[in-house]
Amino acid sequence: MTTAELIGGDPGWLITVKALLVFIFCVVLTLLSVWGERRLVGRMQQRPGPNRVGPFGLIQALADGVKLALKEDIIPAAADKIVFILAPIISATACFMSFAVIPISGPVTLFGHKTAMQLTDLPIGVLYVLAIASVGVYGIILAGWSSGSTYPLLGGLRSSAQVISYEIAMGLSLVAVFIYAGSMSTSDIVAAQSSTWYAIVLFPSFVIYAISMVGETNRAPFDLAEAEGELVGGFHTEYSSLKFALFFLAEYVNIIAVSALATTLFLGGYHAPPFLGFTENWLGGWFTAIWFFSKVLVFFFVFVWLRGTLPRLRYDQFMQFGWKILIPVSIVWILVVATLRVLSLQGAPRLVVVAFASAVVLLVMLVNIGFDSAKKKKMASIIDDAPAPSFAVPELPMNISSINVSAPNKGVDRG
Amino acid sequence: MAEIESFKNSDKDLQKVEFTQVDQPGSVGFFGHAKGFWVTFSTIFKKPETVEYPEVKAPTQERFHGRHQLNRHPDGLEKCIGCELCAWACPADAIYVEGANNTEENRMSPGERYGKVYQINYLRCVFCGLCIEACPTRALTMTNEYELADDSREKLIFEKEDLLGPLRAGMLMPPHPMYPDMTDTNYYKGDVTQAHPSQDVNK
Repeated sequence: MTTAELIGGDPGWLITVKALLVFIFCVVLTLLSVWGERRLVGRMQQRPGPNRVGPFGLIQALADGVKLALKEDIIPAAADKIVFILAPIISATACFMSFAVIPISGPVTLFGHKTAMQLTDLPIGVLYVLAIASVGVYGIILAGWSSGSTYPLLGGLRSSAQVISYEIAMGLSLVAVFIYAGSMSTSDIVAAQSSTWYAIVLFPSFVIYAISMVGETNRAPFDLAEAEGELVGGFHTEYSSLKFALFFLAEYVNIIAVSALATTLFLGGYHAPPFLGFTENWLGGWFTAIWFFSKVLVFFFVFVWLRGTLPRLRYDQFMQFGWKILIPVSIVWILVVATLRVLSLQGAPRLVVVAFASAVVLLVMLVNIGFDSAKKKKMASIIDDAPAPSFAVPELPMNISSINVSAPNKGVDRG
Repeated sequence: MAEIESFKNSDKDLQKVEFTQVDQPGSVGFFGHAKGFWVTFSTIFKKPETVEYPEVKAPTQERFHGRHQLNRHPDGLEKCIGCELCAWACPADAIYVEGANNTEENRMSPGERYGKVYQINYLRCVFCGLCIEACPTRALTMTNEYELADDSREKLIFEKEDLLGPLRAGMLMPPHPMYPDMTDTNYYKGDVTQAHPSQDVNK
């Protein structure tokens, strides 16, 4: 019995209960992850992090939330009032919605009813998640535009440009998964990974997805939109009180959502790691949810680790990385995967598959060598072409690719 | 002009400037990046450097500039002579002193004068210690106490009684007469080591 059939028979009250559970799960996990992130980043910087409110500072995030809720709610005079209020609502709603199709556990019994912890199982579940993520961008750009202020506008534009660019790479990285699983439904993709995880089979896709999900969630090192030193606070500069809290919530739920999607698509979802398959029946099947959460938490840890380690990218570097590296690489990778898949589906002899694979590897190496030599040639030409100025200038170091030499007529008649 | 001419005619070659090549950092390889990640990861397991302040109070340096203190002679008389040098030395104008004459009935310090009013405004004080350098009798010194925050301007103007050091063993609460047969010079030299029974006027 597939998950779709399993949860298809859910009565209305059970669907409501599950929706409520998903919502509570998201909010609680957000509060805990804010706390966890601050503690972890603190430890990475050799300080303890929040440890005052509650045991180990556990309810620090809750206290912050209460504080935010009690703050004065300011709507700037220049703001477009309706859109200004609508934007955080769109943002927060969109990120919760993507959780509807994430399978959190295998078959379990909930209130005496046999079901699975997944709100709904769309045949195009992953596309739905991508679509919802795109709707979330409206929240960002509308917030930036409606604030009636320069910094939020710039931040909003940056954010939306960033999210849209990385969504392309993200979408492309998922294509390989669709090709292998033969389905776009999240539960089918999880079922297809019961033997091997796609993170291993489709490793390049996994890497591209992992990178683009950081870009997609506006997180460090890709947090240029909220660059504190440059844009004050990005698109939410003018927001305060609960509206700001909604954006904050949206950011963290988004992180958990993309982590959950990565778990579902690449790390076998709620399935146990290899050789631990017997644990899946523990606690009447609920143990699968624990596996799911631990995988999500691993992703969350990586998010925090990145933030603690890497400096923020420059905007043009970031865009170049997205458009000139991630997207072309994923397109080439899709071509390779598709060819391999067709070859194996049509029962081509093993020799052909191996030959194709090695040809691809050889081609990649050749391209790489070509790029390297072109780079060297370019560097050499820059140094040769520089005109000798007529005034005293230190000799050029040979391993600097470009140097700013001022116009030759300057400083001729000095002294 | 002559100087410039001589510079031009010197054998220094202006076209050639000494240049030492410096290694450019360049791009970091894959393992260079991995090293950075290892730094943050391994730091998680190190002991944090944080001092949990209100619970744990790390001792200050020995000569930390904290709250001021007005000292006493070993018999309990005040050292301050109300000369106002501290107030004059203060760059932030944080000290206010009013001197008054000592009398036989009311003697607060050895010698002629004593500080009648002594105020330090801790909203102004920058803890530079110039007042301590200016004090001719070592009446004014600084303690290591740094917890000076309060909730009103009035509370942060410390009066003489807030600043005076405590009465230690062998000291008597002034006003009381000077040690018998001692002058203010003796006091200054440190000849008085504790109060004499005859100084206790309340007995």
